[in-house]
Amino acid sequence: MGTEQEQRRKERLDRGIKVRSDGLYALMSWRELSYLTVPRMVLIVGFLILPLIMPSMYWERVISIVCIYALLAISFDFMAHFLGLVSLGGAFFIGVGGYISAVLNHSLGLPPLVSIAVSTIVGALICTLVLLPCLPLRGVYFAIVTLMYPLFLARLIEALNILGGTDGIMGLDSFPGRWIEQYFMILMVLGFLFGMRRLVNTDLGLVLRAVKDNDQAVRASGMSITFYKAIAVFIASAMGCLGGACLVHIYMWAGISLFALDFSILPIAATVIGGSGTLVGPLLGCLILVPISELLRAFGTLRIVFYSLILVGFIVLRSEGLMVYGQRKYHQFERWVRV
Amino acid sequence: MSGTPILQVKEVTKAFGGIVALNRVSFEVNEGEIMGIIGPNGSGKTTLINCITGFIKMSSGKVLFKGRDISNKPAHKIADMGLTRTFQIMRPYYSLPAYKNLVIPLFSPRARRTGGWRGGGKLGDRDTVGIDILEEIGFERDSFVPYKMASSLPTGYLKRLELARCLALKPEIILCDEVFSGLSMSEIASMVPLIERLQMDGITLVMVEHRLRELFRVANRVMVMNFGEKLMEGTAEEVMTSEKVKEAYFGSEEVEEVMTYA
Repeated sequence: MGTEQEQRRKERLDRGIKVRSDGLYALMSWRELSYLTVPRMVLIVGFLILPLIMPSMYWERVISIVCIYALLAISFDFMAHFLGLVSLGGAFFIGVGGYISAVLNHSLGLPPLVSIAVSTIVGALICTLVLLPCLPLRGVYFAIVTLMYPLFLARLIEALNILGGTDGIMGLDSFPGRWIEQYFMILMVLGFLFGMRRLVNTDLGLVLRAVKDNDQAVRASGMSITFYKAIAVFIASAMGCLGGACLVHIYMWAGISLFALDFSILPIAATVIGGSGTLVGPLLGCLILVPISELLRAFGTLRIVFYSLILVGFIVLRSEGLMVYGQRKYHQFERWVRV
Repeated sequence: MSGTPILQVKEVTKAFGGIVALNRVSFEVNEGEIMGIIGPNGSGKTTLINCITGFIKMSSGKVLFKGRDISNKPAHKIADMGLTRTFQIMRPYYSLPAYKNLVIPLFSPRARRTGGWRGGGKLGDRDTVGIDILEEIGFERDSFVPYKMASSLPTGYLKRLELARCLALKPEIILCDEVFSGLSMSEIASMVPLIERLQMDGITLVMVEHRLRELFRVANRVMVMNFGEKLMEGTAEEVMTSEKVKEAYFGSEEVEEVMTYA
């Protein structure tokens, strides 16, 4: 006992520049301004030039898919980390938003951008109303209910042969152009990302975090927890429905596969890899996972094996998530100190 | 003390399955007074608070607040009317700094209407109002304490934070569930004047307590509970000298027999 190794521990301290740039002093020098803005600019600019450097149409399509998963992942992270509801409802949101947009476009002939906007709002309203009775549920119970709805709806469409049945609704209008498609998706993701980051730090966001922390104290403060949960679920499902609505116009087809489990599971994997509670992390996770999944298509059936190995590797070696790790390294330095 | 009852509790009964936690408990609280509720462990004091404030549904009975029936209304509606409570096991928002803990009650409809504690109907910046309330309740304004995470605050401050959360709503009555328990002697010594000041500010207080000496100092009237029933009610002196109360606290078996066969 008492060797040299055991008497040391790792100490983490905030970097001076982080402390200085916390307050108004950040505006005092270029160095501190850039400390704050460079990471954000790298993300924004990098994301915006992504479509320009893609080698083929195929990879441009992958960017759009990344964006759809990113919307779902940000929505999952928001619900899980800032509201305390673990949702497996990604497929539910995608399906509801997708089918509404498909019907609006196919039957009423609305142009894609209008049907996307309408189905985002209407879809989010429907999702919120349907989930309203489940809002008092917590933890795994809410997750199970949100997992049930997409299965239920898919079987309903299949059995009653409504909304195109198993064939789906075909011949939908696509986006006016591929640049519009990609930049619309990218701007939506960036807009929601920075919007949500701002929202969780407003007073409303604090109330939502309080609901997660301690819902009884929120009730004792004279506020209905169901009301605030409903607001947050509306926002989160709006993001999912937007993704679903865009998806049907990208593929020009809406079918039962919109309720596929991938839409529920992959966002969670992306959140775990990217770092939960950061909102940027899930986006980063999608930027890694979706292209990997595409690259692995070359391996055929072995794709899932490699995919699982990568996931397990990430979870075992970097369970905190890339973004949490990165933020720590960016904001703090570590050193060994003697105890 | 104007003498009109602000809170009337009538024959409140609560049964958890076969266990009767509260058996036809009735009492009244007058406006502006401090009423103490004492009783041995498991006598139903916290259950009574939970029933009055709507946190659990009562089996039967009635609660009137300012003459209006609030029995079994949702907890947040009761709090919105100005009847607030603290929790025996403190429930701060641990991941937030102390002053941000108050932003949440200040966001509520009632705080927006009333402007918060000391607010004249208009709510200022929530952070500032929160720090003002914390200062009044004993957080040193110019220290780091109001900015510390709630998870790193000691018990004494957390108990004050519980009271501050109630004050943020500009309450008319606070039901305090053991604000003295778990505090050191010096912390209690500074808590007593705070309670007295709240009374002077016109807040009615119902205090569930185990610390009898401090309670008897501030309470105008004391109700004693035992086995879910009201044992007696009276001034501090009457309760202190009562044989019934002594027996309830020291709990002899004869007393139990007498009570069941009486």
